[in-house]
Amino acid sequence: MNDTSFIPASVLRRSFIELEARARAQSLLDAGTARELVGPFERMESPWLPAQGIAPQSDDGCIVLKGTISAKPVVVIALEGAFQAGSMGEVSGAKMTAALDLAARDSANGTNTAAVLLLETGGVRLQEANLGLAAIAEVIASVLGLRQYAPVISVIAGTVGCFGGMALVAGVSSYVLMTREARLGLNGAEVIEQESGIEEFDSSDRALIWAIDGGEQRVGMGVADELIDDDAQKIAASVRRYVEAGPPRIHRSDQVDLYSQRIAALDVSKQFDPVMLRDSWSNTRKKGGAA
Amino acid sequence: MSAQPGIRGKAWFQALTGSNRALDGDPGSLLTADAKLGEETARFICVIPDPKARFPCVRKGEVGLEEAYGLARRVREAIALGASEKKRPIVALVDVKSQAYGRREETAAIFLAAATAAAAYAAARMQGHPIIALVVGQAISGGFLTHGYQANRILAFDDHDVVIHAMHKEAAARITLRSVEELERLGHEIMPMSYDVQDYARLGMLHRLLHVQDPDSPSPTTVAQVQTELIDAVADARAGARDLSSRRSSDGARQMRKAGLLARARMEREWNEP
Amino acid sequence: MEQFKFDYPQAKRPVSKKAHVGVVGSGDMEILMEPSKDGAAQVTVLTSVNGFGASWKAVLDRFFASYEGAVRVHINDAGATPGSVMLRLQQAVEVIEK
Repeated sequence: MNDTSFIPASVLRRSFIELEARARAQSLLDAGTARELVGPFERMESPWLPAQGIAPQSDDGCIVLKGTISAKPVVVIALEGAFQAGSMGEVSGAKMTAALDLAARDSANGTNTAAVLLLETGGVRLQEANLGLAAIAEVIASVLGLRQYAPVISVIAGTVGCFGGMALVAGVSSYVLMTREARLGLNGAEVIEQESGIEEFDSSDRALIWAIDGGEQRVGMGVADELIDDDAQKIAASVRRYVEAGPPRIHRSDQVDLYSQRIAALDVSKQFDPVMLRDSWSNTRKKGGAA
Repeated sequence: MSAQPGIRGKAWFQALTGSNRALDGDPGSLLTADAKLGEETARFICVIPDPKARFPCVRKGEVGLEEAYGLARRVREAIALGASEKKRPIVALVDVKSQAYGRREETAAIFLAAATAAAAYAAARMQGHPIIALVVGQAISGGFLTHGYQANRILAFDDHDVVIHAMHKEAAARITLRSVEELERLGHEIMPMSYDVQDYARLGMLHRLLHVQDPDSPSPTTVAQVQTELIDAVADARAGARDLSSRRSSDGARQMRKAGLLARARMEREWNEP
Repeated sequence: MEQFKFDYPQAKRPVSKKAHVGVVGSGDMEILMEPSKDGAAQVTVLTSVNGFGASWKAVLDRFFASYEGAVRVHINDAGATPGSVMLRLQQAVEVIEK
């Protein structure tokens, strides 16, 4: 028998970030309920990568587990950040869209089925370009189809973060959970430096990157819902709470007037101070904006 | 790509609506007008370059914060009008360079602005408004996800200056450490990577590839031709589902998206426990 | 891009489980291991790193020198070292033989 009472909690803590996507997904579902769909042994691989000399992955970097959370039906869709930076291709996109559509179908028929998205992704897989981009458009549509019935909960844990077109998927989600290590943005620092120059964004300035895209900033400015520790049990507990809560009364991406006002109020003559943005945006929240 | 993004967009917006100015309260880069399309009124929306834009990183026709929230506002306004009358079609005229690449944009969460616009278009579609995207020039990456890609039907001109892609050539060449010529060659071997709109059409997501004489400055005949196509697309959208499933059932999809279709079929089969 | 196929007819002991280990990251690989359909072991390898056919054969020969399970193995490889390959094979076997 192990007596773990003398072991510090920090040692017992299991890092979520260190887990592969499949293990992350499993850690969120009620024990014994996880069932993988279109799993690795079916070898639904990218038809486009081998022709370009790139080794495919048996699940195309998208893992779909169906099960329950707090005894409620849930589908967890996890992107494997270690495979092609979690980028979306024809097959991974199709798996994600199909799973969301099936959850929506069940929900429309009376069995509300939430979705948890583990977004570890740089966006479109450039080696599949237009099929990847089209897949992201379809995933966005499918999230919007499901979220009217059941919550779509995006978890961004790192280390890849959530960038590119997939940041719109986070943006239309019901809830977004981020660790401090995680980043969320449309364009990464390297792309901005490349397109607009180093003065616009010095991509070697890591502090600046996290000051703008990091979990603490995104939660602080109210564009993500909860800052979570890199702890598998705690993350599972947070996800449970959002599954139980159901969809929000109003989704963040439906609050057009609030965000239009916030953008109009910005002084564009210089770069925005991220910390000041947290203050001003949480102030407009307290003034009654339904954020 | 030789054409400056947004020039064609503006020309076509003017040709289809008679207007070339933003509505009061909108940024100069967002053109919106309600105009006749066949027997009914449709809302036309276009994003164009505005050299006087507040945000420096959108002055060449990128879709930025003000553009994205403006799109969302004008689309939601059309939805509100649709509550008491026929659900008017919304035509997205697409000629956008990309999303805005700026620090201000990232700081102020442009990802959410883009999501908000996409959500508005999708909400309109799901409520029965036919959403038609007419790609007259460029439709790249986040710009297209924000403005056009949630449409029921996508039409594009069959023209060298029409490019639908995930990343414009020069940036893709820089990131993949290839030359533009090498990328173009790769696009001939790997169809989804092609910059040629005819190859995009082969992927099966396009409703129609339009051959027009004079895409840069259309004659009245050309405009009438395109209007007929738009009317047809609206009817086709009304006759079909309010989701994006038509993109999967085309001949092109059956040929070029086989793996994705098979993955979907298996997901459906395995969803319920045996 | 190279593909290899290796047969190990002497590995004939029936197995009943499946195992999937690894991720196809740079310098890494995944292994899918399941019961063979014809009573003996086969391995297929798809690798993005060319020129290591002899290495693959050596590692797999060594592995099957002491493992007689009738397994069908597929490997998607993006440049794992021979040491990692052996490790992954052993991880997979641990699951199969549990």
